[in-house]
Amino acid sequence: MKVSMTVNGTAFEHDVEPRTLLVQHLRENMGLTGTHVGCDTSSCGACTILVNGETVKSCTLLAVQCDGADIKTIEGMATNGDLHPIQESFREKHGLQCGFCTPGMILSSWQLLERNPKPSEGEIRHALEGNFCRCTGYDNIVKAVQHASQQSA
Amino acid sequence: MGQYMGQSVKRVEDQRFITGKGQYTDDIQLPGMTFATIIRSPLAHANITNIDLSAAKNAPGFVASFVGSDIPEAIAGVPCGWQVDFKNGDTMKEPPHPLLARGKALHVGDAVAVVIAETQAQAKDAAAMVQVEYEELPAVTDISAALKDGAPQLHDGVPNNKIFDWELGSGLDAVDSALAGAAHVTSLDIVNQRLVPNPIEPRSAIGDYDDSRDYHTLYTSSQNPHVIRLLMCAFVLGLPEHKVRVVAPDVGGGFGSKIFHYIEEALMVWVAKQIKRPVKWTAERTESFLTDGQGRDHKTKAQMGFDSNGKMVALKVETDANLGAYLSTFSTAVPTYLHGTLMQGLYTTPAVHITVNAGVTNTAPVDAYRGAGRPEATFVLERLVETAAAEMGVDPAELRLKNFIPPFDGSEDQPGYQTQVALQYDSGNYEGVLKRLLEMSDYENLKKDREAARANGKLMGIGLSTYIEACGIAPSAVVGSLGARAGLFEAANIRVEPTGSVTLFTGSHSHGQGHETTFAQLIADDLGIPIENVEIVHGDTAKVPFGMGTYGSRSLAVGGSAIVKSLDKIKEKGAKIAAHLLEASTEDLDFAEGKWTVRGTDKSVAFGDVSLTAYVPHNYPEGLEPGLDETSFYDPANFTYPFGAHMAVVEVDPDTGKVDLKRFISCDDVGNVVNPMIVDGQIHGGVAQGIGQALLEGAVYDESGQLANASYMDYAMPRADDLPSFELDRTVTPCPHNPLGAKGAGEAGTIGSTPAVVNAVVDALRPLGVTDLEMPLSPQRVWAAMQQAK
Ligand code: FES
Ligand code: FES
Repeated sequence: MKVSMTVNGTAFEHDVEPRTLLVQHLRENMGLTGTHVGCDTSSCGACTILVNGETVKSCTLLAVQCDGADIKTIEGMATNGDLHPIQESFREKHGLQCGFCTPGMILSSWQLLERNPKPSEGEIRHALEGNFCRCTGYDNIVKAVQHASQQSA
Repeated sequence: MGQYMGQSVKRVEDQRFITGKGQYTDDIQLPGMTFATIIRSPLAHANITNIDLSAAKNAPGFVASFVGSDIPEAIAGVPCGWQVDFKNGDTMKEPPHPLLARGKALHVGDAVAVVIAETQAQAKDAAAMVQVEYEELPAVTDISAALKDGAPQLHDGVPNNKIFDWELGSGLDAVDSALAGAAHVTSLDIVNQRLVPNPIEPRSAIGDYDDSRDYHTLYTSSQNPHVIRLLMCAFVLGLPEHKVRVVAPDVGGGFGSKIFHYIEEALMVWVAKQIKRPVKWTAERTESFLTDGQGRDHKTKAQMGFDSNGKMVALKVETDANLGAYLSTFSTAVPTYLHGTLMQGLYTTPAVHITVNAGVTNTAPVDAYRGAGRPEATFVLERLVETAAAEMGVDPAELRLKNFIPPFDGSEDQPGYQTQVALQYDSGNYEGVLKRLLEMSDYENLKKDREAARANGKLMGIGLSTYIEACGIAPSAVVGSLGARAGLFEAANIRVEPTGSVTLFTGSHSHGQGHETTFAQLIADDLGIPIENVEIVHGDTAKVPFGMGTYGSRSLAVGGSAIVKSLDKIKEKGAKIAAHLLEASTEDLDFAEGKWTVRGTDKSVAFGDVSLTAYVPHNYPEGLEPGLDETSFYDPANFTYPFGAHMAVVEVDPDTGKVDLKRFISCDDVGNVVNPMIVDGQIHGGVAQGIGQALLEGAVYDESGQLANASYMDYAMPRADDLPSFELDRTVTPCPHNPLGAKGAGEAGTIGSTPAVVNAVVDALRPLGVTDLEMPLSPQRVWAAMQQAK
């Protein structure tokens, strides 16, 4: 089946098996391996991306469901080589260790700050509960989001 | 000290991770690569009576398939890395762990066959067509049941499923008589439940074979690629190591579970040679649950005796350790040398004895999980101490302070502390961390708050825990004498490039620990060069001379010490070149801020000039080799002994039994610290995992051996809103026997936190009459305990 979508500003068209998951399509057909797969029950959030400006777990969608969609992945977060303030904040506050959950965390954080630019700690923790991190204990992830929130004051 | 050591330098490696450029094993695509799906046993214990591959072989994209009998007999399986013999001297039982089952499946998820196809989807389709017939056998999952007469037997030649029994300490007679004479004895039966490590990156392995060179490459999500190569070549596939390269690229967390040599690694290497194409296997999460090495699973009876002054007089511990269906790489060392040896704790108890019975069950193999044995030991000790304090009506902090080993720095005047259980602690100030913790938490007022809360009918609890761990694993001769089949040194090769920049090839492996930053800080400061001029290479046997990898909080203490040795050699040789250039003698030179200066003069030569001279040796010391490239192997003199004190403050909902963790406070002493930000991050992550064990996690095997919660939907792991922000501080007691004074920080958080949380919840419920609770402290369990106590 033909499927076309815009990914990080570039238009793509591919022929895919109808059962191909969006995350597989991004990783295998486009080489965008920054989007990770951590589970098979849509529980971990490692595959979180933006579809038409909304975060989705890309393991829960078929590629063909996203025909015509505008997609952003971690690879598209920086503009002209300048990191997005949320990316900067994760580094600044040591919000990552192994980095495997990080792309999903950054995109979920982006969605939170879009909707609620000045979240409380509780709101941050609640907003990120769909994303597992086994390394950081979330402490510095919360601080990273707070830092990013302050940046956009 | 220069400008980097001791500073929270932002991590160098983050750039690739925050931009999606990390490269994990599953991200690797090789030309012509095929995909493997492993057919796994749905039963915990079964004879495999027939495997019908005919339909699969006709499936679209099918490339190849293999079953156990296709693999030559000579490839017996993956080995255990540590031999722990029976008390009576009999050799440890060591049943084989074949790459694919040979006639019998021993746990749900046991590998039965492998199907390889052109795409992942085709491999799955073909695998679904494989028909396996099983004859189900009775299964046993509980270790105490497995060790009893009449239990289902897993392996031929392993009667009563017993792998070994083992003891350590002052002797049974000594503890028994001390307990008999004690004024107070506290007894507990403790279940340290089984955990699933669950790094977020699932395991993955890619085999590749170049027949023109008869050369194998394995990409694997491993914490120790050289160890994998050694085990796989020497003990499994019988390959010469110079024909095998093992690469562990970016690895998405390990926590112990990626130390072990897994069957899938050897299988992918073997299959790649059969099909002459690269082959990739990546675990689905359910496969990870069923086959990753799991953690803990001890059942323990313990008694602690006190004299009438509250001084500890004896500790007796009996543990049954569940090793799962097969002996994983370090599985046998965990309940013994990483657990029994820690039973002294921080206390001066004069009589300590532990016995361990270890056996197999129809469950996933159990091995090291963050802390590995030390959390189990700490849990036993700290539950006993806290329970004893309540029983004797004394403050638990006071009881600890009364029994602590007094401070010692490991110098000649204050030598190491010899325990009753083999280890000699290097240095410590145990009252120091606890007193600081009490200060941080405002303990006296906290106790008043608790009284006030109780008066208002609220269930508030305060729980303490203090711990010591043996890290910096490990002096090779010592572990060798205890049955380890490997040395536990570390290697570092420092290559100074002609223009003075530096590449480090380290045998440590980072899977989140931040070595690319910490090691660069160390090197940049020592050589007086900018940190940007240092590159760190790890995780590739074709590049790094050798390495034992990263686990047991060993990277800085052991790997870092190897780096220091190489730096010393670089500076020693550099000084000879500098002396020649300056027409001075090496004794008259000082090295600081990246240059050698003739003492008392302004004559100097910079590090970069010396390195260039080393590679362009026109004007050069006679007899000195060109080049500036040094390798060192560092074998530690002793383990290192980090310690600390943790506190949890909880409130339990009387209606639902839900535990609200209000505060978590810790004071840890990990020796000298290179990067405080990274060390705090290690503590955070460890504490979160320890809290996870206390409140949420636990593998649930039903009676037939099914893992009932083999997914992220069913296995409760801490999410962001399950945890509070942590309050941390540290004291610094340097390690006296390594050049950095570092002790290690990776496991501390996990070890101290679990008992603190359980102690807090039990404390909250004590007014109701609850004295003990089994982990995880789910609302259901807590609520049931409250009802029972009523
Ligand atoms: S891969 Fe886990 S939620 Fe998508
Ligand atoms: S940084 Fe490793 S899982 Fe989050």
